Amino acid sequence: MIETYLRQNALAHLGLEGREPSSDAAVRLHEKSLPTAVNLRGEKDDPTFLEAVNGALGLGLPVEPNTAAQNETLAILWLGPNEWLLVRHDVSPEAEAQLSASLRDALGDIHSAVTEVGESLVCIHISGPRAADVIAKGCPLDLHPSAFGGAGHCAQSHLSKTAITLHQLSNEDEGGPDYDLYTRRSFADYLWRWLSDAAREYSGG
Amino acid sequence: MLLISCPHCGPRCESEFANGGEAHIERPKDPETLSDADWAEFVFFRDNPKGLVLERWNHAQGCRRWFNAARDSVTYEILAVYPMGSPPPALDPKRYV
Amino acid sequence: MSGRMRLPHGGQIDHNKPLSFTFNGRAYKGLAGDTLAAALLANGVHLVGRSFKYHRPRGIVTAGPEEPNALVQVGEDPRTDPNIKATQLELVEGLSAQPQNAWPSLEFDVGAVNTLAARLIPAGFYYKTFMWPVSAWKTYEHIIRRAAGLGRAPSQRDPDRYDKTYAYCDVLVVGAGPAGLAAALAAGRSGARVVLVEQDHLLGGALLSAAEEMIDGQAALDWVRAAETELSQMANVRILRRTIAYGAFDHGFFGLMENVTDHLAEPPAELPRHRLWKLRAKQAVFCAGAIERPLVFADNDRPGIMTASSVQSYINRYAVRPGKRAVVFTNNDSGYGAALDMTAAGIEVVAVIDLRSAPSGPLTERAEAAGLRILAEHAIIGTAGRKRVTKVRVAELAVEGDAVVGAVEEIDCDLIANSGGWSPTVHLFCHAKGSLNWDEEHACFVPDKAMQAGQRCAGSANGAFGLGSCLAEGAEAGTAAAAEAGFQAGAAVTVESEDRDFLPGRWIWLVPSDKPLGQKAKHFVDQQNDVTAADLKLALREGYVSIEHVKRYTTTGMATDQGKLGNVNAIGIVAEEFGRPLPEVGVTTFRPPFTPVSFGIFGGRDVDDLLDPLRRTPMHAWHERNGALFEDVGQWRRPWYYPQFGEDMHTAVNREVKAVRQSLGILDASTLGKIDIQGPDAAEFLNRVYTNAWKKLDIGRCRYGLMLGEDGMVTDDGVTTRLGENHFLMTTTTGNAAAVLSHLEDYLQTEWPDLKVFLTSVTEQFATITLSGPNARKLLAELSDAELSPNALPHMGYTAARVAGVPARIFRISFTGELSYEINVPASFGMAVWQTVMTVGERYGITPYGTEAMHVLRAEKGYIIVGQETDGSVNPLDLDMGWAVSKTKDFIGKRSLTRADMLKPDRKQLVGILTQDPQEVLPEGAQLVEQVLPQPPMPMLGHVTSSYYSPNCGRSIAMALVKGGLARKGETLYAPLEGGKTVACVVAESPVFFDPAGERLK
Repeated sequence: MIETYLRQNALAHLGLEGREPSSDAAVRLHEKSLPTAVNLRGEKDDPTFLEAVNGALGLGLPVEPNTAAQNETLAILWLGPNEWLLVRHDVSPEAEAQLSASLRDALGDIHSAVTEVGESLVCIHISGPRAADVIAKGCPLDLHPSAFGGAGHCAQSHLSKTAITLHQLSNEDEGGPDYDLYTRRSFADYLWRWLSDAAREYSGG
Repeated sequence: MLLISCPHCGPRCESEFANGGEAHIERPKDPETLSDADWAEFVFFRDNPKGLVLERWNHAQGCRRWFNAARDSVTYEILAVYPMGSPPPALDPKRYV
Repeated sequence: MSGRMRLPHGGQIDHNKPLSFTFNGRAYKGLAGDTLAAALLANGVHLVGRSFKYHRPRGIVTAGPEEPNALVQVGEDPRTDPNIKATQLELVEGLSAQPQNAWPSLEFDVGAVNTLAARLIPAGFYYKTFMWPVSAWKTYEHIIRRAAGLGRAPSQRDPDRYDKTYAYCDVLVVGAGPAGLAAALAAGRSGARVVLVEQDHLLGGALLSAAEEMIDGQAALDWVRAAETELSQMANVRILRRTIAYGAFDHGFFGLMENVTDHLAEPPAELPRHRLWKLRAKQAVFCAGAIERPLVFADNDRPGIMTASSVQSYINRYAVRPGKRAVVFTNNDSGYGAALDMTAAGIEVVAVIDLRSAPSGPLTERAEAAGLRILAEHAIIGTAGRKRVTKVRVAELAVEGDAVVGAVEEIDCDLIANSGGWSPTVHLFCHAKGSLNWDEEHACFVPDKAMQAGQRCAGSANGAFGLGSCLAEGAEAGTAAAAEAGFQAGAAVTVESEDRDFLPGRWIWLVPSDKPLGQKAKHFVDQQNDVTAADLKLALREGYVSIEHVKRYTTTGMATDQGKLGNVNAIGIVAEEFGRPLPEVGVTTFRPPFTPVSFGIFGGRDVDDLLDPLRRTPMHAWHERNGALFEDVGQWRRPWYYPQFGEDMHTAVNREVKAVRQSLGILDASTLGKIDIQGPDAAEFLNRVYTNAWKKLDIGRCRYGLMLGEDGMVTDDGVTTRLGENHFLMTTTTGNAAAVLSHLEDYLQTEWPDLKVFLTSVTEQFATITLSGPNARKLLAELSDAELSPNALPHMGYTAARVAGVPARIFRISFTGELSYEINVPASFGMAVWQTVMTVGERYGITPYGTEAMHVLRAEKGYIIVGQETDGSVNPLDLDMGWAVSKTKDFIGKRSLTRADMLKPDRKQLVGILTQDPQEVLPEGAQLVEQVLPQPPMPMLGHVTSSYYSPNCGRSIAMALVKGGLARKGETLYAPLEGGKTVACVVAESPVFFDPAGERLK
């Protein structure tokens, strides 16, 4: 058992608690609590690899580029032809080691790599009718549904000067859009301040 | 700003990519057997043609995979992208000068 | 009343909304909807500046972005912008503008003396006069620029905010005149994503300035309003007003500058002033219209001489009469439009001077019917008036059109509306390397082939000058663009209108006078840069042949208007002089920006503390709270040293350095790069990328490695640990982490795809806390369940354990030469573990130390820092690190180590340096010589790479790269420093200045 209260969010120094934006704001930002994440490498053309992962997770790896698979507890983001990001939110600090251990057990000698990476990430949730406009100020992805694909799609890119992984969670007609935006922990402060500044235009004063 | 089609992720902005210089330069299998001049040819010398260039790109801010591209250095048109290790597509170099 | 020249009704302005503004310190009134130029003309002000070279009085010439003269300095410092065109500047309450080209004053200026000395300022004057001596140019330039009045930069930082954004569309339509609106409607109805860009705040383009055009049987502006309404209601259409498409770049990429708040008297604080749109368009339709050319006649630059269409614009759009008594001068039918509109507005048109021998055309006929006095085959051969034109001199043309004959008639007037034909606005099309054709009949360059797929021009930008053709071409282009982007056409856009253009015309590039060219009068080609027809001819006489060279030599077309008015006239004059067909002379290159753009948009919000990311470790807030001063290492911000009350840097660093050797120090090493390496071929992979051997490294052991480029030069170093049979953790230097990963991936993916290895960056997964000093083990034992005895965890050993209750990786590695542990804990626990260590460590006097103390400690031990002791030209043998280089296996860069150059005995080699005076600390970078000569140059042997005061050695220590240094041990060298001081120093026997036997690591 690890004492959860000892953990510190990447944006703890900004004291954001109690300063959440109103639910009708054009853009809403908040830091999701420390994600649990595993980076998985393996050959998508190896059926034993895909089966082993599916068996361990109860969720198949998305092999279509720029797509994510998701169930109630787990999201799997396609990062590349042999790379995925497995993410869970709101779970105990042990969950990351458990997730990677179960994968390693299932994979055995299959050529693959399982690496715990959740501690290295920050997840900023961005939502509201102008969310895509704010992201587009720094990120060269075309977020229009006809190009990005809408909910269930993801991509790696950059937002101004930091690398990001973007995961669209819902569409405009579902009360969205909203996105999970991942970057490395040391960039969290920069990314947050950058997004806040970019969103200011839509704050109405 | 070029629009480059990553073979894995699709068309993306140039700012996501890093150029890796001339393609199809294989590292010698047994460097110790090479003369100084031959080794220098591998390490230091590159072509800079007008027209058809074959070059390496890395989708650095995306899937981090390397791939090759055929590009016209006059018009900047990207004529083809193809995987590492594959031979270049059949393109007439004269057409692009 | 907003000015004595204002018409009581009409125009696209709000007669009930007066606005106050000042120009040249004087207060005026204008109306909402005015440009500054319109408001000035409404107040009878034509004189707005002085010319660049001759300081001649200059007036407003146009009503758009092609304006050469009416450049103003807007606003008060620091919110001030130079080079703003009054013809585009929307009037806003309280606006203040200054003429900028009128030093020391607009009404009277010393530069006007240049007019008298004009013969002394020919083409290439600046090149010829001010280039020698070269060293004096800076002085000349300062004076010339001031006299030239090129505007003032703000003296303080820009207080405004700027924005930039990426954007995408299927179809970009540039220009919202008739062609652009038709194109946008056609593309919009197909469902394609459309961006319609218009530089004006109103849609309609030339229709806004037309008196009585009809479309589909209704007033043209009614059709414009209907189109605007329909487009505004389409969710797939974005209309960007007050936005300039300033450049077309590769692969359908466009730069647009949107003016967001300049037209607001009190802009909301949250809005950016300007916005850069970085737009990628699958298809583009350029409907940028056409620009009317002036005629090149004698003294054609006096205030009150305007293009004919701009006179129409001021009358019809702004309800302003630019004069009372006008002469029209034209070589085509369109000039008669101005004559008719002026007459209707109550301006007396005293004569229409037409270069054509038999004037005809629909407007000509109407003017004839209206009884205007038309002088066919006549020319204006001179003008008079200083601050405003007062009369013209008119004579009959000879049959050839190259001379005048007969009596000269003088006609009084205060306005000349002139038309020399029309040039399609092909700039964006040409930025994207589209090619042009010469249209002989219309005497203009028209778009030929687009170089980039999916780009096309429509309407008068395409050489289709009639309104009917503009609408039809626009609709067709919009439909085609949408179809190519994959959208089926929606309801057809069919609009009917009259289709007349400006033909017939008579194209005389240089209007003759009764005096030799350049004598007593000037034929201006480029008013902004004061280039005359005589200058062009002089350049040709001096041997310039290429139009690009003529342009640079005379500077025609090189001002902020980029030759929008003058370029075709210049080319025509050059062609005529050469006796060559005009298209053979060709055009000069069109380059972005179409009109000047603000610097702010390129910075956007990436300024101040968002200029670059400042990367924070999990313990960053602790360092801040505890008074650390920081040092930037790459994008990381690392504690440099922690001064206590009253300490200077030297004292603080000495205290930290001593604490580590005497008891215990703690360092935040989280920034070190960490790469997780997994796979059955991981050891083989390391064997190929490091200079030393890796296959036999035991699990739980660490090894130092050097990484080279194929050129044999050191690129990185670090410690790699074998965590499992097929599992390694590599550390890299802080600044190189991304580059090393990229280098490794490159080889893995492109040279050795057969190796079964996966690489993952885990730099930020862990917070790294380094404990260093004789008491490190004691403290760690209190906090950890790890077995820490030297046998269980020896130097270069690794174990997994808990530290402060948190799962940790403990590496016994040292960059200080002391007993050290690098402890990796999950990043989110970093702060908690650090604080616990600090609390428990109090009994050992635990001392946080920063990068400066770290540097001193490692230098005491002779440990190198890649990037400090190395600079890309240093190989491992130069560093005397042959012990880390395998002789038996291949590795990246190995072959280069035996190249002839690498074996030379006089290569620069790393050595320790001790100054003769132990208190003297050499500056890093100091050059070393064998013998000091009275003055430079003197043969340099190398330079100091690291230099510190070492409190543990009680003296200064240094390292240096010195030619043949390893053979120079014991030699005395000299460091000649700035200010004449010379420091004598000795090459040390070894760069390891402290604990050379390594006893303290055991």
